[in-house]
Amino acid sequence: MHRESEFFQRDRTIHPPAFTPAYKTSVLRSPRLPLLSLQNSLSEVTGPMFGAHELGPLDNDLILNYAKDGEAIGQRIIVHGRLKDESGAGLANTLVEFWQANAGGRYRHNNDHYLAPLDPNFGGCGRTITGADGAYAFRTIKPGPYPWRNFVNSWRPAHIHFSLFGTGFAQRLITQMYFEGDPLLVHDPMFGMIPDREAAGRLVAPIDLNATVPLDTLAYRFDIVLRGRRATLFENKLQGN
Amino acid sequence: MVQPLAYLKETASQTAGPYVHIGLMPRQAGFEVFKNNFGEAMLGPKTKGERIIIEGQVIDGAGAPLRDALIEIWQANAAGRYNHPADRQNMPIDEDFRGWGRASCDFESGRYRFRTIKPGAVVGRRGRPMAPHVNLWIVARGINIGLSTRMYFSDEEVANAADPVLNIIEPPSRRKTLIGQRQMRDQDVLYTFDIHLQGEQETVFFDV
Repeated sequence: MHRESEFFQRDRTIHPPAFTPAYKTSVLRSPRLPLLSLQNSLSEVTGPMFGAHELGPLDNDLILNYAKDGEAIGQRIIVHGRLKDESGAGLANTLVEFWQANAGGRYRHNNDHYLAPLDPNFGGCGRTITGADGAYAFRTIKPGPYPWRNFVNSWRPAHIHFSLFGTGFAQRLITQMYFEGDPLLVHDPMFGMIPDREAAGRLVAPIDLNATVPLDTLAYRFDIVLRGRRATLFENKLQGN
Repeated sequence: MVQPLAYLKETASQTAGPYVHIGLMPRQAGFEVFKNNFGEAMLGPKTKGERIIIEGQVIDGAGAPLRDALIEIWQANAAGRYNHPADRQNMPIDEDFRGWGRASCDFESGRYRFRTIKPGAVVGRRGRPMAPHVNLWIVARGINIGLSTRMYFSDEEVANAADPVLNIIEPPSRRKTLIGQRQMRDQDVLYTFDIHLQGEQETVFFDV
């Protein structure tokens, strides 16, 4: 891996633009001037590193990591996949964080007042460190869809939020994983504002029957790709030494 | 015909949403789940360097502070070295400083705050030194892809004037949007850094 080299230029045509009027909150929160393109320096190619020893044993098990007097309610699922870069290389030893609503579509958050009840045994967040080949996995319950204030009748499809670090701060990414077959996807402005439909489709995780625990837990596979790094075929001096 | 270029495509960004704290700062969301909460404390007892506070608001196009944004910073240590294997400068690593922190805007006031140290200057491209700076990444409901910017330090006028990044910002009047203003507050060194998402004072954001 070329940890010291620059990143491929980000292809912004696969990301939602900043200004998306169908998602009303973006109107006042989107920069209006062009982003200043910056050749990478050490400030962009480096980033924080985390170790598996910094995590607790249940951090990747949302069915158990907030359990008080029983297990979390909902359809038991495993979410697993590989974190890769655009060159196809697995990204090892990097932090993956995730959070979600409970099975009824309610978030455990001071600011969520949806009428669906909280589950006393479900917190809704977890994290893990990728393995040597970039593989990750966690166990949770399938989140429910929920209404939100955009239009009067707006509903989010079921989704899990992901936060990825990679190996440099310019790879930092937050995204959402959706579930195969969700009928709300086609009505969702978040999903719809991705300009490239193939890129949107890559956010939809298929059921993976090969990764289930039979008679116990269903599984979905979600691979994630972060920006690639340039191979240093010829000297491209970032540090001037 | 031509051979296919078999690169993968980056996964598309989606907004962090209003409940980003659940995943990244669960105590801010209102509950305890992890023993080790990443990013809350940047400093250890032995961290070297001048203790500083960076504080400010993220302001929307109507002039109102965001009360649900989350900010991360990434910076070099006091000697000007990043705690990462790609940084091969001949400077010491500070074992008591990861160089990374995350903070939430206050749900009432919208103010964010980092307690950190002032970083040293880091070498830039082609050996040109960069003025001391911290790198920021801002996510929130309504922000579809994380915003990248830098904060420089108002007491580094000479270094700032020679900085290779500040110098490519046009018009030059926008460079001041990246300067944190130093002042003393009680015994603390405070840099105030407001981030304007839109408007006449729109902060310079980078495509890194």
